[in-house]
Amino acid sequence: MRKLCLLAAIAAFFAGPAAAAGDQTLTIGMTLSQTGSLNIDSLAQVRGSELWRDQVNDAGGIKVGDQRYKIRFVTYDDQSQGGRVQQLYTRLIVQDKAQFLFGPYSSGLSATAAVITEQYGRPMLIAGGAEPKTYTLGNKYLVQVITSADHYLTGAIDALASKNAHAKVALVYSDDPFSKAVAIAAREHAKKSGLSIVLDESYAPATTDFSPIINKIISSSAEALLGGGHYTDGATLARQVHDQKADLKFVSLLVAPDSPEFASLGPAAFGVTVPSQWEIQATYKPQFGPTGAEFVKAFQDKFKVPPDYHSASGYQAGIILQHAIEQAQSIDADKVVAALNAMDVTTFFGRFKIAADAAHHGLQIAHEMVLAQWQKKNGQLEREVVWPTSAQTAGLLYPLH
Amino acid sequence: MLGIVAAIIDGVLIGSVYGLAAMGLTLIWGVMNVVNLTHGAAIVAGMFALYLLTAAIGLPPYATLPVILVGGFLVGVALYWIAVHRMVDRAHLMSLLSTFAVNLVVIGLGTAVLGTGLFNVPVTLPSVTWQRYTFSGTHILAAALTALIAGLLYLFLYRTRPGKAVRAVANNREAAELCGIPTTRVLSFAFGLGVALAGAAGMLIATMFPFTVLSGDAYQLKSFVVTALGGLGNPAGALLGGVALGLIEGFAAQVMPVSWTLVIEFVLFVAVLLLFPRGVFALRRA
Repeated sequence: MRKLCLLAAIAAFFAGPAAAAGDQTLTIGMTLSQTGSLNIDSLAQVRGSELWRDQVNDAGGIKVGDQRYKIRFVTYDDQSQGGRVQQLYTRLIVQDKAQFLFGPYSSGLSATAAVITEQYGRPMLIAGGAEPKTYTLGNKYLVQVITSADHYLTGAIDALASKNAHAKVALVYSDDPFSKAVAIAAREHAKKSGLSIVLDESYAPATTDFSPIINKIISSSAEALLGGGHYTDGATLARQVHDQKADLKFVSLLVAPDSPEFASLGPAAFGVTVPSQWEIQATYKPQFGPTGAEFVKAFQDKFKVPPDYHSASGYQAGIILQHAIEQAQSIDADKVVAALNAMDVTTFFGRFKIAADAAHHGLQIAHEMVLAQWQKKNGQLEREVVWPTSAQTAGLLYPLH
Repeated sequence: MLGIVAAIIDGVLIGSVYGLAAMGLTLIWGVMNVVNLTHGAAIVAGMFALYLLTAAIGLPPYATLPVILVGGFLVGVALYWIAVHRMVDRAHLMSLLSTFAVNLVVIGLGTAVLGTGLFNVPVTLPSVTWQRYTFSGTHILAAALTALIAGLLYLFLYRTRPGKAVRAVANNREAAELCGIPTTRVLSFAFGLGVALAGAAGMLIATMFPFTVLSGDAYQLKSFVVTALGGLGNPAGALLGGVALGLIEGFAAQVMPVSWTLVIEFVLFVAVLLLFPRGVFALRRA
């Protein structure tokens, strides 16, 4: 019996270090909205990250010195609720030992998660939160992958002003942090561009009946509608604008029209524009990672649906983190954040550079957006890039009526 | 001014459907003193029944209404025997918890099978345009069908023997029992009827707006406000309450920021509970 115990102890002694040496896994934690109102956009974002993970693991992992780190994801359903996020990010860090984190989908949930990740000093890359305020709170470990909300409707306003320099605009947006941040910037930019805002209203994110708002839009004699929020409310608003025949010449809604599912609205989707972080037709020349065409093909092969910008931003978060780790040649949080601070690169998703000063740390300052519009091509609804003119794949349809 | 009139008309059209949904809730309360928290799930079931029957079988959207009414009734009767029957004479909390649990199961199953994405049933009907305002054909037909269903329900409750039995049980169950009315069967019948009405309301809502598995909560909340306005246990009051709520929603949105509408609704809810605990329209009837 004693000999057996001795053998077991010797085996454990040798097995221990061997297991540690073979432990080359990098754990990345995140929550996703498997249920709730953010489900569609969140799922698309996570699919992009999953594609990156699988490609990295198939290639043998991320190379750091002599070691290769394979990627392991730990995910939980946040039910699209901020209340769940803090609890789950604490669990990801404390219990699941996540070394890096990807943000949940939406500005509200990302800001909530950031409170926890900053407390524990864990880097978090945010691919689905555009609201800029979070980056002015002195956070040190947050990194924004996408263009911030300040610039979301800039392209739509410029495109509209190019067609009608004095257009009357209804600004109707969801009462959530992201949409409100977009509206604040859009209000200023519209005024500077010479447009007049004839209606400025927010609505509850859970709104199901937009008839009273649409009657207000009609009463205001607005020619253009700018606003929306996320998928559920945006798609509902678009359908009711069509059903109630609001005589609008231009409609630009946030987020919802970027999803392939938006086409299920049929004629209600036609002509609607969406500020987009990325479109399939984008032809950026990447310094590393896949080209746009390679990304689209890999995504379609894996998920059998075309990627939208949420999927592309989820993938972008992955390759940016990978590049930072390779540059830092370390998985130490501070060294990786230092590499992210110094990074100024172009990938299939466009340019990436964040503010490194303490007052705005992590805010995306280089990535640019495009404006896409649902148009008919061979009888099918498809999104075309209509602004800026340098990236156009089709002319802007204006006026719609 | 024209905008206010248009918003009021639209509010009345949509409010009538809120009224139909609340009629199911109030009927169940009136007959068996049970607050049915499966109400939201029944509304959602009506929405998805429309989606599945039109997408899978290819039925025209409005042809699904009788199917949903009959199906909803049968499901409601089954639900009564499974989750409600043993709770009827117990404390209110028991039936509340029991129906809440069923609601969670139904929504959980729906979430697992269908996800929480948005579903849309495209329904094309001619609309009516007045000045610059357009009243969607789906809204007009939903209000017309609600009026028809409410009329049929009235005829059933006041002109048929089973309907009179339902009212008798609602008035005094023991006396009804002594008169030879099979009260348990009447209770299950009333529960089935309530679920069928909620399902029909869900179907009509789904012809007007896109929906998700989680849409039921919002309409369940509205049903409670409508029920408070109309008086618990008063189906006619529920219909009037629904119309009143739609009217208030439409009017309030025209004279103040839209985001205040919910606040107005729930202030009204509390005010009615405090000032007219039997319901505004129930008081008038008395």
